[in-house]
Amino acid sequence: MDKYRINHLKELEAESIFVIREVAAQFENPVMLFSGGKDSIVMFHLARKAFWPAKVPFPLMHIDTGHNFPEAIEYRDRTMEETGTKCIVALVQDSINEGRVVEEKGVNASRNKLQTTTLLDAIESRKFDAAMGGGRRDEEKARAKERFFSHRDEFGQWDPKNQRPELWNIFNGRKNMGEHFRVFPISNWTEMDVWQYIYMEQIDLPSLYFTHKREVFNRDGVWLAKLPFMQLKDTEEVKELDVRCRTIGDVTCTGLTLSTANSLEDIIHEVASTRTTERGGRADDKRSESAMEDRKREGYF
Amino acid sequence: MSGKESGYLDMELLRFTTAGSVDDGKSTLIGRLLYDSKAIFEDQMEAIERASERSGHEDVNLALLTDGLRSEREQGITIDVAYRYFATPKRKFIIADTPGHIQYTRNMVTGASTANVALILVDARHGVLEQTLRHAFIASLLQIPHVIFCINKMDLVEYSQERYEQIKADIDAVSSKLSVKDIRFVPISALNGDNVVDRSEPMSWYDGPTLMYLLENIHISSDINHEDFRFPVQYVIRPQSAEWPDYRGYAGRVSSGDIKLGDEVTVLPSGFASKVKSIDMMNESMEVGFAPQSVSITLEDDIDISRGDMIVKTNNGRAPQNSQDIELMICWFNERALVPRGKYVIRHTSSDARCMITEVKYKMNINTLEKNEEDKSVGMNDIARVKLRSTKPLFFDSYNRNRFTGSVILVDEGTNETVAAGMII
Ligand SMILES: Nc1nc2c(ncn2[C@@H]2O[C@H](COP(=O)(O)OP(=O)(O)O)[C@@H](O)[C@H]2O)c(=O)[nH]1
Ligand SMILES: [Mg+2]
Repeated sequence: MDKYRINHLKELEAESIFVIREVAAQFENPVMLFSGGKDSIVMFHLARKAFWPAKVPFPLMHIDTGHNFPEAIEYRDRTMEETGTKCIVALVQDSINEGRVVEEKGVNASRNKLQTTTLLDAIESRKFDAAMGGGRRDEEKARAKERFFSHRDEFGQWDPKNQRPELWNIFNGRKNMGEHFRVFPISNWTEMDVWQYIYMEQIDLPSLYFTHKREVFNRDGVWLAKLPFMQLKDTEEVKELDVRCRTIGDVTCTGLTLSTANSLEDIIHEVASTRTTERGGRADDKRSESAMEDRKREGYF
Repeated sequence: MSGKESGYLDMELLRFTTAGSVDDGKSTLIGRLLYDSKAIFEDQMEAIERASERSGHEDVNLALLTDGLRSEREQGITIDVAYRYFATPKRKFIIADTPGHIQYTRNMVTGASTANVALILVDARHGVLEQTLRHAFIASLLQIPHVIFCINKMDLVEYSQERYEQIKADIDAVSSKLSVKDIRFVPISALNGDNVVDRSEPMSWYDGPTLMYLLENIHISSDINHEDFRFPVQYVIRPQSAEWPDYRGYAGRVSSGDIKLGDEVTVLPSGFASKVKSIDMMNESMEVGFAPQSVSITLEDDIDISRGDMIVKTNNGRAPQNSQDIELMICWFNERALVPRGKYVIRHTSSDARCMITEVKYKMNINTLEKNEEDKSVGMNDIARVKLRSTKPLFFDSYNRNRFTGSVILVDEGTNETVAAGMII
């Protein structure tokens, strides 16, 4: 029976498409979160496959901190245009203006944490009952316990000790009024799987993922991009180096990798030989041992 | 692309679950597999070292790698199912790491539901205990095709071959009561790495494969049922666009078997027949679709099909069973006990119905494998044989024949919680 065998990427693809279709079938008003990062790009690609030749039957939503790489925004707008997809942009700046959150102060100020409020407000005001995200269980240890269908109470909170069991491929998305689900279609993918899949499917990516010259500075061992809204300490020296992004998120906490990889093949080689996790470059996770778990409980992605 | 990467693109996916009692060395073994296959990154290692120091461990405690949630780290035990990943050039592995204590039976059942392989740890000093039997029973109940007993901590019994053979014989004696297709044994030391990835020098008497060799080579492609085509319709794709005015695709994941262009099919429950016109996956039009692919199928005739229906082959031997009365083994998941003659939502593949539990036939003592026909109260973590009646007929196979069309979950209508998992007999 070996002729009816598929490789691990095709099997992961089949599983993720199943999950995305299940969301479209079980929920009335789902949304897919889109950051312009490679995980959400892959997730969106899977969604297009899931419903072809129809359009993706739900909107995308970008929680925009305003601290973006311009290339990521350009990529987002172009992709939405080309695929005829609607993308809602929810601005953290609006949450700040409305007094829902207070901007952090100091050189390490980041809007990463503030996104949670913007996200929860957007889910509530637009009455989304499911929000799909590109989280992967291999990213971080608290995520390793996350379900595909993750139930959130009316405050958007996650209770890791009281998760619904998930067996076979039966997903229970039933809920009460005001509650919602976070759904993670690519839960079982690793960073390597994502890159191999992008290679297999020849998916177009923002140029940021490939090597480019950029003005950067080093803070606590992490290379950060010098962009207008970044505050530098006096001691921090700006250099121009060959770098690329391993993940794309809020600029204030997205570490850049020194790299000359300029093709998907190069990147796969690099990932295969790299000895730190991609989140290792993220300042937000270094805050404490259970930083991620704490943020997730509150309703972070 | 050549060499390593093209090899990587050819990997197979294997899911395994680990069971063992507290302190049998489960977390250490997983840490060892991840460490030796280089799936642990430097920053994770540093975080583990920091955490090890804080909790007073002298050596780096590999178990901290898998014990993710704060309360687990504090209590030093695994309380939920955690998923781990690693890959070798041959296979990508998904580990469902579950706690082994009886109060976590439901977590073990969850982890076991999709596994190809179960690793059951046995402490060489203690031999076969009640819990070994329990873990083997769960593997058998959930029909995990392959079970590997890892006789761990061999270093603490002087790597004794005699001890290993004794434990093996004890397990053979009990496993004859179970229905596991493929049973293997490996003597290991998770702590030192003997027979995990590398062969053990002190156990040169052992000439079988290492654990990693088994994981990389066990034959799993026939774990899927390749005979009975079953296609539960998940979603109907209707673009109604200028380019695709009449496209009507039935989207779903092939549960078992395969389907080819032109095959005659029957749609359940309506019984309408038609032929397969196309099998689509975006721009790819396929000649054949098979488990576990997600595809979209179009038919020659316009018939009314919706989510919850099932497409099967017309002339393909065995048809699914069709009944409102079902007998099944269940594992109860909820703090609120099963209510006799209580009503629940039953979900089977993509179809929902309501059901009533009409009879509890017996409760299983999963430590002794004895049936208890006196005490029929079914509470959290209990495993029982029950009968239920659903409001509409279900089209199913026995779980032993098909893990996807033979399984159900029960949902509490009030709380919406998943209260039980069921395997149809
Ligand atoms: N000597 C020895 N100790 C081991 C071995 N495997 C695990 N241990 C120890 O047994 C204890 C429990 O291990 P742990 O992995 O946390 O067990 P778990 O509760 O099954 O996850 C720890 O102190 C380990 O270091 C082994 O092969 N040999
Ligand atoms: Mg443990």
